[in-house]
Amino acid sequence: MAKPKLNLLERLYLPEILRGLLITTRHHFANLTVHILHRVGLAKGKRGAVTFQYPEDPRPVARRLRARHRLMKRPDGSTRCVACMMCETICPAHCIYIVADEHPDPRIEKRPKSFDIDLGICVMCGYCVEACPEDAIRMDTYITETSSFTREGMLLTLDDLMNHHNEDNFPKHTSS
Amino acid sequence: MDKFTVTINGHTIEAKPGQSVLQTALDNGIHIPHYCFHPGLPVAGNCRMCLVEIEGVPKLQIACGTTVRDGMVVWSNNDRVRQAVRHVLEFLLINHPVDCPVCDQAGECGLQDYYMLVGRYDSRFAENKVVKHKKATPIGRWVMLDQERCILCSRCVRFTREITKTNEMAIFNRGDHAEIDVFPGGELRNRYSANIVDICPVGALTCRDFRFRCRVWYLKQAPSICPGCARGCNIAIHFNPERPHHAGGRRVLRFKPRPNPHVNAFWLCDDGRYSYPFIDDHRLRFAALREEGGVRQLYLKDALDRLADWLRASRSGRTAYLLSADSSNEELFAARKLLRDALGVRCLLPDTGLRTGDADDFLICEDKHPNTRGARILFGLGENDPVAPDRLEAGLGAELPELLLVNRADLPSPLRDKLLAAGTRLVFLGTNDNATAAAAHLVVPLVVFAEQAGTFTNFEGRVQKFELAVPPLGDAAPEWSVHQGLAERLGIDLAFPGPAAIFRQLTAEVDAFRGLSHESLTPHGAMIRHE
Ligand code: SF4
Ligand code: SF4
Ligand code: SF4
Ligand code: SF4
Ligand code: FES
Repeated sequence: MAKPKLNLLERLYLPEILRGLLITTRHHFANLTVHILHRVGLAKGKRGAVTFQYPEDPRPVARRLRARHRLMKRPDGSTRCVACMMCETICPAHCIYIVADEHPDPRIEKRPKSFDIDLGICVMCGYCVEACPEDAIRMDTYITETSSFTREGMLLTLDDLMNHHNEDNFPKHTSS
Repeated sequence: MDKFTVTINGHTIEAKPGQSVLQTALDNGIHIPHYCFHPGLPVAGNCRMCLVEIEGVPKLQIACGTTVRDGMVVWSNNDRVRQAVRHVLEFLLINHPVDCPVCDQAGECGLQDYYMLVGRYDSRFAENKVVKHKKATPIGRWVMLDQERCILCSRCVRFTREITKTNEMAIFNRGDHAEIDVFPGGELRNRYSANIVDICPVGALTCRDFRFRCRVWYLKQAPSICPGCARGCNIAIHFNPERPHHAGGRRVLRFKPRPNPHVNAFWLCDDGRYSYPFIDDHRLRFAALREEGGVRQLYLKDALDRLADWLRASRSGRTAYLLSADSSNEELFAARKLLRDALGVRCLLPDTGLRTGDADDFLICEDKHPNTRGARILFGLGENDPVAPDRLEAGLGAELPELLLVNRADLPSPLRDKLLAAGTRLVFLGTNDNATAAAAHLVVPLVVFAEQAGTFTNFEGRVQKFELAVPPLGDAAPEWSVHQGLAERLGIDLAFPGPAAIFRQLTAEVDAFRGLSHESLTPHGAMIRHE
């Protein structure tokens, strides 16, 4: 693609910078005025630009948002997951790694020894939730801030998936 | 008697007199659902899954228990049959726990398969299921029983009665309380016990070794030959190529029998079946050189340089080679061409794998190597071979060799110490770590049978083919490519382009193998020419 030719005024650089500043300043004062008028109950019909104070002021999210995973618990606090590997199998990103183990209760038989999800690879598709025959994995934590300085930090372990700091915010456990 | 024909689902088929309708259909690629019928066991006719309509007979008949008649017209796919079979399946599943998520059979389960094929109904059973007593009870070293999942097809009972003749299992109680078990206080005590895991069409009998290691749909298969003894039972190697976090990173997870009427029928002994861990455990991955001050890892090509130098330096007839009967025919042939014919190295076959008295009258052989016969033929070994460990020293000759190449075997420790004290250079070519590898001056890593293609000759002289299942580990190479590398370095004109080409060369040069080809080895192997 050919580069657009600049005219002399544009090539001088400073006039363009000043023009930009002017636009920003105009928006600033226009919005300032509109918001002050809103506060005192005037100019309701005119909309000002909106800024959210994220993350101090989190946005409401849809109830069906697919966010960070969690593993559901039985009434005794142990995991409901039976390590059937349905989620591991369906996962299109191959980011679930489960190692199965014998459950001490022979009526349950099987449980995960380790259960890792690599959020650095996960595409948040929710297939794992759909595939689970035990309703053991859900993506309803509404935790969307998952960042880390290392790749390893993106790995959720069994412990991370079972224990959450904001558990009270989650939709309540419905028994199946 | 003349040949005659039957018509199944509109296909007219030539049938063998005396055969069942089910076997005839299966032999001709028509699948009729069945549970209790197994081609290796007597017919029991108790599951009723194989119902078919026979024209002229008012009621539906079981295909496994009905013998073909000339001109018989059979339908297994019309609505009447499908509906009947669906109801049979519904009955079999009435008290079934359907705990597929925790069931190791899931993915290879007859109930799942036939539910998808002929079932697909919604459960109408509103009553409480009869819950059998035991979940997950070990009934032997290798077998786990779950009575709840059993459909009482009695295959396992018939196996212990007819094949092993050990009679450990039976069906106890009656009606919907009937359950499968071992006799009170007993357990499976035969050496073929894990076959009942294979023949159980559902998850009632599962393997304790494989338990929860991996889901079966992750596994891929490669046809192979069991390396456990000289019988050469046909197996499929089941390996997990993509998800190494299962089973602690082992790639090969189980051996399953492949039918071969001339060798193992449908079966496999437990010793052979559970010999698979050596493929992944304690493997030698890189060449190692013992020097002043310790052992150093080195590239395979540098190790071969070193070995070629040593071979060149001691070409005075004071080099010896201990063959291995775990090598394939192709590997042995390459060793014969290079070491015996071109270099004049003295070649001996030590018998480190003979367990006298261990054989039985079914499959298990005393000789625990898969290719002793091949080694004997290719190296023209006589009556006193293989050489027993206590006679090895005498076999090596009056003077101990200057350079001894040991293939896979673990030398008896007195002999090893003596060799090292006498200043013999010990070179270990092998797959797995052992005391001889640890003491050797040079270690050359080899691939195991599962990491290459080739052939074995069983004790009867049947040559059978195996395929590559998993890729080599680290620097490990097939033995023939090691010999090829040595030949290049020593300026000897030998070319071993690959196992298939070596086999062709071998059949052209060795009388016993003359006339064989990879095609003639498919599917059941072929006999060598008896001298
Ligand atoms: S949300 Fe999708 S990508 Fe993420 S773990 Fe579940 S199945 Fe895998
Ligand atoms: S699908 Fe559900 S029960 Fe199965 S392993 Fe995944 S979380 Fe566990
Ligand atoms: S035996 Fe088959 S149907 Fe029954 S629980 Fe196991 S996999 Fe499921
Ligand atoms: S345990 Fe398996 S093989 Fe034995 S009767 Fe039950 S279903 Fe058949
Ligand atoms: S297979 Fe014929 S009755 Fe079971």
